[in-house]
Amino acid sequence: MSEMVLLGDEAVAQGAIDAGLSIAYGYPGTPSTEIVEYLQEWKRKEDESLIASWCSNEKTAYEAAVAVSMMGKRALVTMKHVGLNVAADAFMNSVGYTIHGGLVLAVADDPGMHSSQNEQDSRYYADFARTICLEPRNQQEAYEMTKDAFELSEKLHLPVLLKLTTRISHSRAVIKRGEVRPKNEFNPSKDRSHWTNLPFLSRQNYEDLWQQRPVLAEISEKSDYNPLILNGNNRDVAVITTGLAYNYYKEAERDLENKPSHLHISFYPMPEDKIRELAGSAKRVIVIEEGYPFVERFLKGILPQAVQVDGKLNDVIPHLGEITPDICRKAMGLEAFEKAEIPEIEMPGRPPQLCKGCPHTDSYKALNEVMGEYENPVVTSDIGCYTLGYFAPHNAIHSCLDMGAAVTMARGAAEAGAHPVVGVIGDSTFMHTGIQGLVDMLSAGNKVTLMILDNSITAMTGMQQTIVESSGIINVVKGCGVSPEHVRTIIPLPKHHEENVKIIREEVEYNGVSVIIAQRACIHVVKRKYAKG
Amino acid sequence: MTYNIVLCGVGGQGVLSVAAIIARGAMMEGLQVKQAEVHGMSQRGGAVIATMRISSEEIFSDLISEGQADMILSMEPLESIRHISYLRKGGQLITGKEPFINIPEYPEQDKLYSVIDSIPGSMIIDTKNLAVEAGSQRAQNMVLVGSASKVLPIKEETFLKAIENVFTRKGEEIVTINKKAFVLGRNS
Ligand code: SF4
Repeated sequence: MSEMVLLGDEAVAQGAIDAGLSIAYGYPGTPSTEIVEYLQEWKRKEDESLIASWCSNEKTAYEAAVAVSMMGKRALVTMKHVGLNVAADAFMNSVGYTIHGGLVLAVADDPGMHSSQNEQDSRYYADFARTICLEPRNQQEAYEMTKDAFELSEKLHLPVLLKLTTRISHSRAVIKRGEVRPKNEFNPSKDRSHWTNLPFLSRQNYEDLWQQRPVLAEISEKSDYNPLILNGNNRDVAVITTGLAYNYYKEAERDLENKPSHLHISFYPMPEDKIRELAGSAKRVIVIEEGYPFVERFLKGILPQAVQVDGKLNDVIPHLGEITPDICRKAMGLEAFEKAEIPEIEMPGRPPQLCKGCPHTDSYKALNEVMGEYENPVVTSDIGCYTLGYFAPHNAIHSCLDMGAAVTMARGAAEAGAHPVVGVIGDSTFMHTGIQGLVDMLSAGNKVTLMILDNSITAMTGMQQTIVESSGIINVVKGCGVSPEHVRTIIPLPKHHEENVKIIREEVEYNGVSVIIAQRACIHVVKRKYAKG
Repeated sequence: MTYNIVLCGVGGQGVLSVAAIIARGAMMEGLQVKQAEVHGMSQRGGAVIATMRISSEEIFSDLISEGQADMILSMEPLESIRHISYLRKGGQLITGKEPFINIPEYPEQDKLYSVIDSIPGSMIIDTKNLAVEAGSQRAQNMVLVGSASKVLPIKEETFLKAIENVFTRKGEEIVTINKKAFVLGRNS
């Protein structure tokens, strides 16, 4: 069939389409964002009936997808690794259900933290939930595994986690498309007991899940996704790889004279027998895996002590950051390549920064002026372009924890005695998990100012539509119970600077919860509109 | 044959379009391509790096090992030096001349040029002026592709076709400007 050049994320989307996907939900998060974007483009050009929507957060997305499955159709949910923390409650509880229409959760991890706040490894969530995890090693596999994930999900009645990483998601390669399967018909599950988590039902569902373990283990043992290649002539060392480490190892392997036996694992739960077979062939096993030492720890539990296990736990592989071809070469005892001569020069860093003319710059200027008038001001921030307000020349924020924490941390800081306290959060982030914090704050009656930096878009992840427009946000804020005279709007532009400073000054001195909405579209949104005429 | 390129610059400079054109060209010649990109936070005015591997054989790794890049292709001088540990011995460094100064401690330009000159076979291209000559300052990245094309294992006609393919959507004028920028870069 046809060939296409696709990003890994796009390959997942195409795989889902060809697997008969009906509905996809997600929340934008680098490096997962392009999956839903591709589906939206597909809807526009190829298939109007496909639904691909951004939701207010990962949990709402996942829950909606569960209902699609209950109606018998195939659903895909996408998010980045930290998003799964938000959706974890729904995910964990859904595994006890008897999934009806295929339900696939595509999670993109970001080892090396290219644009994330941590490196967590989603394989643990799949294991925690006792379900299947598939981990592609290239774009073609991302395509095929997505299709297989839907099949497995329907066959085994489980949600299946597809674990991606930045390098898979954001690398391009040629994809060969396979067969296209029609979508499922509307076919609601009639079995209420499998969709209701009442304790007496959950106990049964959980037991069923446990009984299913041997079935999963057998599939894993037989799966082509866990290829084992034995070399009886090398008794010294054997290698286990996962994810992209496969590719890097294969590059290094070309330079090895006596190739070790090699097991690649990309279907979890792990194939224990294959692991034992591999380890039985050598004195030492090197585990090269991206993310946490997940396989490595497992090995220590099942292998005899005589087998030496090398990996992240004894620093044969670095614990932090991305795996690279160089790390693999070194682990396999190969020399580094000769480099060009490197001239001596001091390299200054070049961190990302707000675009020239960004509305946030003007918001921070006004905010800084007011905060400068106090001895111990606290500005709690959130996840988005405005987090770059951390850097000079703004130096405007004191914290950034996760989505929504600007609001809840502002409350905590205020109750601990800080004044003034300002929480800054974006429009999309406010809808994600900011609202709940605002409700908390109002119930506690804190003296806090919330600044919603409303640029009319989810900018950092690449301009995804926010689910509520500016006018809507004002109503949401008022509806939560903020007193209407303390819901103010400003336009962050240099010409309004004095006026904005005055408004911020007034509101931080208000003895209650005030909200200032800084409304001005991201310059790229304006440009795009302008370009369209 | 495998050819490894490290593409660099500052977020927003059009590094990904450079990658897209070279990838398209390579594909049109029936080569394998693996291209790793940068998205998200790092795109906002920060240092960006993308890697591209072109090969007549199977490519496993998306990333390039240190000392294995045949070419460093950079939109601006400082960034061309940042990733120099990837360059193999005898590899080629090509950079745009115009610095992108958005940090206070940007080194003295002459110092940068002399470091670049000390690398054998390096090229500093006046991408800005050539792009203006082609009709738009925004076509600097195509000038750079043109310069790189002198060394890359892809034919000139293929590149021109690739440019047409990628830019047709944006109208005939943009195609013409970008082609001209490419040719000026190639002849520089
Ligand atoms: S993308 Fe938009 S919101 Fe983000 S820094 Fe640039 S102008 Fe500001």
